[in-house]
Amino acid sequence: MTQPDRTFDSNWAILFLCWLLASGSTLGSVFFSHIMEFAPCVLCWYQRICLFPLVIILAAGLFPFDKSVVKYSLPLAIAGWLTAFYHTLLYSGIIPESLQPCTQGVSCTEEYINLFGFLTIPMLSLLSFSTVVALLTILKMRVAK
Amino acid sequence: MKYVLFGVSCFVLIVAFVFAASYYKGRQAEKYGFMAQENASTFIRDHSPTLGSDSARVYLVEFMDPACETCAAFSPFVKQMLGAFPGQIKLVLRYAPFHQGADYFVKILEAARKQGKYWETLDVMYKSQPSWASHHNPQPEKIWQFLPAAGLDLERIRKDMSDPAIVKLIEQDLADAKALAVRKTPGFFVNGKPLQTFGSEQLLQLVRTEISASYPK
Repeated sequence: MTQPDRTFDSNWAILFLCWLLASGSTLGSVFFSHIMEFAPCVLCWYQRICLFPLVIILAAGLFPFDKSVVKYSLPLAIAGWLTAFYHTLLYSGIIPESLQPCTQGVSCTEEYINLFGFLTIPMLSLLSFSTVVALLTILKMRVAK
Repeated sequence: MKYVLFGVSCFVLIVAFVFAASYYKGRQAEKYGFMAQENASTFIRDHSPTLGSDSARVYLVEFMDPACETCAAFSPFVKQMLGAFPGQIKLVLRYAPFHQGADYFVKILEAARKQGKYWETLDVMYKSQPSWASHHNPQPEKIWQFLPAAGLDLERIRKDMSDPAIVKLIEQDLADAKALAVRKTPGFFVNGKPLQTFGSEQLLQLVRTEISASYPK
């Protein structure tokens, strides 16, 4: 009787962690744009489109715990991860800048912050999306059992 | 239990955000206050057009763009403020022509300055702005039909506006705007202190604070 309860609880905890991460990232990105007034570039907006809904969808899946939340949130997280990955490549110069789609308006390769000498905004996004994708994948495997 | 955890997390996230925001804004205000004392020329250049008494102790610096709608909408309010505190405020205009092609209008303004019609021209520009500065269909040429209202010699304007010194002046202003982290227009500084949240009430509040600090009763 206690065993299934515990798996349920750790599944819930994984989902909760995902939500916490998505919420933290959302507030972080709002902080950059609204408080520090860095204008988000096109690629940043695509990542935000994938990130912001996660806060709502994941929270909805928490109460009561609904395992099908993975089905709806994982595609968003993966799409966000792909954009963040592309953005990071662009930013670090692995993809040449001339190939980037956003030449007008805000540049996608302009460096705004550099934490600890290596951590840039696209890397923060990639890091956060990677963790969310990993956690959701783990959750997917656990609930499939 | 889960609801509590969720609620507490929401609360902590929001409090952290608000705290970080006010900390950051405080740091920025400190930084610009420091810059104002150390490096006043970033705020006011010799070429900057000014309005108001030279003995004024409160300097209102506005980074503006002739094609910016909010700048136009704010202009009567700024004038009202100058009138409300006579002789105590000096308005300094700096250029931040962020709109596509807005340099063109700055050039006209600067050429008008040579005829001593700067403020009249700015007024005419702001008032006629909707006809030439629409975002989806900017028609800079249309401004010429309004300029005679400012009492300008248009032939001279056309000649003077190609002066390369104006291009240099715009570059300097844009460099200063960047140094002061002005990314939107209008960008206001009152005695070096940035307007933290945008709005006419907030600007008036900031001006009042500086006036009472500079003119103790």
